[in-house]
Amino acid sequence: MSRELQYRHAIREALDEELARDENVVIMGEEVAQYNGAYKVTEGLWQKWGCKRIVDTPISEAGFIGMGIGASMLGVRPVMELMFWSFHSVAFDQLVNNAACVRYMSGGLINVPIVMRGPANGGTNVGATHSHIPEGLFAAFPGLKVCAPATPADAKGLMKAAIRDNDPVYVMENTLLYGMTGPVPDPADGDFVIPLGKADIKREGSDISLIAHGRSVLHALEAAEILQSEHQISAEVLDLRSIRPLDQDAILETVRKTNRVVLVDESKGFGGVSAMVSHLIQEHAFDYLDAPIKRVTTLDAPAIYSKYVENDQLPNPKRIVEQVLTIA
Amino acid sequence: MSADLHKLDFSGSPINQSLSADDKIELYRKMVRVRRFEQAALKAYASGGEIGGFLHLYIGQESVAVGTLSLCGDNDHHITAYRCHAHALASGMNMNECMAELYGKATGCSKGKGGSMHFFAPDKNYWGGHGIVAGQTPLGLGLGYGLKYKGLEGCALSFMGEGAVNQGAFHESLNIAALFEIPVVFIIENNGYSMGTSQKRSSSYRGCLAQRAEGYDMDWDVIDGSDMYQVRAKAHIAMERARKQHKPSILEITTYRYYGHSVADANYKKYRTPEEIQKYKDNHDPINLWRQKLITEGVLTDASSKEIDEAAKKEAEASVKFAEESPPPTIADIMDDVYWESDHNTEASKIGRHFFND
Repeated sequence: MSRELQYRHAIREALDEELARDENVVIMGEEVAQYNGAYKVTEGLWQKWGCKRIVDTPISEAGFIGMGIGASMLGVRPVMELMFWSFHSVAFDQLVNNAACVRYMSGGLINVPIVMRGPANGGTNVGATHSHIPEGLFAAFPGLKVCAPATPADAKGLMKAAIRDNDPVYVMENTLLYGMTGPVPDPADGDFVIPLGKADIKREGSDISLIAHGRSVLHALEAAEILQSEHQISAEVLDLRSIRPLDQDAILETVRKTNRVVLVDESKGFGGVSAMVSHLIQEHAFDYLDAPIKRVTTLDAPAIYSKYVENDQLPNPKRIVEQVLTIA
Repeated sequence: MSADLHKLDFSGSPINQSLSADDKIELYRKMVRVRRFEQAALKAYASGGEIGGFLHLYIGQESVAVGTLSLCGDNDHHITAYRCHAHALASGMNMNECMAELYGKATGCSKGKGGSMHFFAPDKNYWGGHGIVAGQTPLGLGLGYGLKYKGLEGCALSFMGEGAVNQGAFHESLNIAALFEIPVVFIIENNGYSMGTSQKRSSSYRGCLAQRAEGYDMDWDVIDGSDMYQVRAKAHIAMERARKQHKPSILEITTYRYYGHSVADANYKKYRTPEEIQKYKDNHDPINLWRQKLITEGVLTDASSKEIDEAAKKEAEASVKFAEESPPPTIADIMDDVYWESDHNTEASKIGRHFFND
């Protein structure tokens, strides 16, 4: 049996279960404890687990992220909340040089079992500094793993896999998804873990593939409905879920099935996740393509503040439909 | 300040009183081994072109790493920046694995993947060896956090050069260390120059750099690095404060490097005078001073100190030979040690594509 849970509560359930499973798991970040989380993801965990397991940090990302990495080298398994993934820039040395490279530079003597999580999205009317979407950026660093769940169930299952992984995993959530609900399997039915590196077909189709991750999956699903009802185009929606490791087999399978593909990606076109996916498709499924690979990415400027056009800068169902109609 | 402190005798402190004659000789041997190792590395770097990249020498500073690390027990951990060879050898790593790492050989401590700035030995509580100035200070804080989290009585020593004290990551680490009561000792190895920029031209401070601790309600001290007894006596106090009270400290240990910031530092005799370098060699050399002290104490003789020196020289020469004769890593080796899960061939490592080589 599954219940309807909000995305934020699905993540909280994952954290709660992992806190219970492993005494080395500790939740750290700004306002995660006594304030109950800036987005209420960690609500109630401090009351339940206390100050040792749920730790409020000062606004000091380089300091506390680095501290978590150092502690993880000793076997603590920190789950660090970045209030916004946009704040990665002030902790970049820790996130990249230390978390991603220390294993390699030590010839494999060290591993960093840490999770960094938080929202990474545009569309909330907060301007460029708070609207960065860095999953493609971090996936570009070998040593790191990155995932971006679109649904409450995926958020829970991927979070549990991330915490159990012995490498650094960066989980990109979305403030606009936190309040959305969806079915999540009941814990009574067993441990619910979704492995990293496994994509999921969210909608079957035969004419074109829409490949997306994070909130773009919801846009793709909405676009697929419009394409079906207004244009008699059957679109398949593949949710990558995990960026690195990446489910290349699933990508190629859907392309070979439909022969047309539109990539939907909230990051920018230059060097974004879709740039990598596009390369893999042309390399491994070139002969299956009946049309050029098309993309719907965020319009290539820093995130605009104005609510009047903000959603036009981001991928949205209208832009997806328009792009599909150029090749289908 | 250091001149006055130098007159004080720290040999009577309990932690120094507890040293046996053999312990004292061992401290001497360790310093000599560090110096001979680095001299051999410098020679190899200059002559053969076998060692690439940077080579940040510790020569002149040996008492700092050797003295502080001699105080470490099973639950004490340490981490430093890129001037990391002394900490490695003082931790118990052998010359062969260190020299081979400089040579980029597969037998190196990091399999040739780290180089001069990235020596590690977690089994000896040594966590590197880090290339970005002050970038390791939050990691040192985290080692202390981990000790406290696990309920172990120990401390983390987080070393850095004095050029690191103006980096944000250092200050963030200080604040969190004091706020969270983390058992960590921040050790500033102050050799006076951040590359070619003197302390006075790079830092604004009152009194000394360690005094910045006061802004974080943290204890601090200044140590004359050329005096082994003083290094040990004062570091011991800070380490005990960390272990027993979970209180962090800053120690500023004054020292001097005879060579450049790295061997790539072409101007190391231009931003300071040859007279200044000579003055330190003549009057403040930590190895000479310790040898004289031990000879005065009757622990060491001229002859026995020479034997130690000769043995260290031979060991260093042998490590060069070992490095030269060792195999390099293969192209296939490039792809190991990226992910723990892949290295261990776990189920997780088999799901999805992890590597993107065309």
